[in-house]
Amino acid sequence: MPDLGPLWLSLALAGVTTAILLLVGTPLAWWLSGTSSRFKPVIEAVTALPLVLPPTVMGFYFLIALGPASPIGSFWMRVTGDALTFSFSGLVVASVFYSLPFMVQPLQTAFESIGRAPLEAAATLRASPSDAFFSVAVPLARRGFITASVLSFAHTIGEFGVVLMVGGNIPGKTRVISIAIYEHVETLNYAAAHVLSAGLIIFAFTVLLFVYGSGRGKPVHVR
Amino acid sequence: MSANDRRLLSLKVRVAYPGFSLGVDRDIELAGVTGLFGPSGGGKSTLLRIVAGLEECAEGTVIYDGEEWQTDSSFLPAFRRPVGYVFQDARLFTHLDVKENLEFSLERRPVDGGISFDEVVSAMGIEPLLHRHTDALSGGERQRVAIARTLLTNPRLLLLDEPLAALDVGRKREILPYIEALPKRFGIPAIYVSHSVSEMARLADDIVVMEDGRITAAGPATSILNRDDMQSSALPFEAVSILEVRVLEHLEALHLTRVDHHGQRITVPIMKSIPQGDKARLSVRAGDIVIATEEPRGLSVRNTLPGKLLSVSEQSDSAFSMVAVDVAGTTVKAQLTHHAVKELGLRPGTEVFVLIKTASFDRGA
Repeated sequence: MPDLGPLWLSLALAGVTTAILLLVGTPLAWWLSGTSSRFKPVIEAVTALPLVLPPTVMGFYFLIALGPASPIGSFWMRVTGDALTFSFSGLVVASVFYSLPFMVQPLQTAFESIGRAPLEAAATLRASPSDAFFSVAVPLARRGFITASVLSFAHTIGEFGVVLMVGGNIPGKTRVISIAIYEHVETLNYAAAHVLSAGLIIFAFTVLLFVYGSGRGKPVHVR
Repeated sequence: MSANDRRLLSLKVRVAYPGFSLGVDRDIELAGVTGLFGPSGGGKSTLLRIVAGLEECAEGTVIYDGEEWQTDSSFLPAFRRPVGYVFQDARLFTHLDVKENLEFSLERRPVDGGISFDEVVSAMGIEPLLHRHTDALSGGERQRVAIARTLLTNPRLLLLDEPLAALDVGRKREILPYIEALPKRFGIPAIYVSHSVSEMARLADDIVVMEDGRITAAGPATSILNRDDMQSSALPFEAVSILEVRVLEHLEALHLTRVDHHGQRITVPIMKSIPQGDKARLSVRAGDIVIATEEPRGLSVRNTLPGKLLSVSEQSDSAFSMVAVDVAGTTVKAQLTHHAVKELGLRPGTEVFVLIKTASFDRGA
């Protein structure tokens, strides 16, 4: 039985990342869905960057931006006494950016498909904008939230390049499952690599099956 | 509603979008149902949205019953305005069932008291629907729930934006009595947007006409709808005549209602929603009227009203003339062929009989 430490670390990383993304991505997606600001395309393009850039490009700049010599890295060092690179916290920061499109895009699509109509109706029923957001927009975008969370979580589990560059390969700290597989293969421990790899394939398939399957075939009564 | 229930809506607003501009500067006295009438794209809905605070780009002032909803320096957001808005597409919340949709309003209304849940549910006849999902409602049911949901906010002004436009004739027939009974039952002035003459005739006490983003006429429904210049304008008028009547009796077994029109008896399809002794307005299309110079016998037509011909106006480029007849003080318009006018020798002053089939008074749509 291989060491399951990397699995738990991956799950923790994905969980924390998804939670932060829900807090950060929801207002961003909400703003994007309703704005006609000229900055909208710029923000959308920035949000989508992780989809097209090689993870090494992002990892490289994260390494520089989060390193002890950088303003962010040195600030973090002063506050926590720990370096941001090659740490779990650094992995979280990098993962949040790397998985941002997987949270923002499904949410934005969900909010856009709701449209303004139900929110106008809520306003005429005395719901303040924040009330309308939580009691109308969020429940109506429920499927978007599920899709976005599952995809963000799964994408974080599957990341490799960024993690390797920002976090390295420190057991119990930054050795997540994808790194552990790489390590097993490099050391020709194919049996352990098989267990983790096959496990990931089953995990990914289950997640995608859930995403594509949910909300389909739901009986809709129209008379 | 009595005269002291009148509320003043003072509008001085303008808004411009590409290809459309709206400018309204008018005080409108609201009591009962005020129809906002005109062709599609004329700005009726936009004006209603401005009153509700849903058009944040609109400039100017909106003052209702002494309350400033919008001025050059202030804008009361939609959720703070005591208006109830019924949308053409109902806009029920699909994540809630019917009861929860109603509770949404109930939980947010600023003061308790006022219109009660049970009262609204029974007025709209939606008791059996309470635990249904919104997907499982017909168009008419959906609109009744939407109206109930709006009433539960305790609005002081009701805005109805073509609530029947998306419904077929049968559904309209089902829901009209509910809307008709609203002002009396709840004592809230309403603005009712529509481009249907028969809806206007049936529901509106006063009518404001809107064309190309401007108000072009306003006044009591009967005089607005009967105005000749209205008929010839670009408005979506088909020529109709409005008869103001009083309900005499409902003949339940025959599904008929007998009404009095200045001493004349008229039989119409039953309109149970209007109590005996109350006033009602009937509309009848000019094309549905038959004119006779002698009292005919052996006809199935139930209503034969004596009258005196007022005028004959030929409609150029068509086979028809518009004939106006004075029937007990009401001008009734009939669309006849030039040929018939000539053969019957119709001219102003001719004594005639106006024949109206009961079915022509069908008030469904």
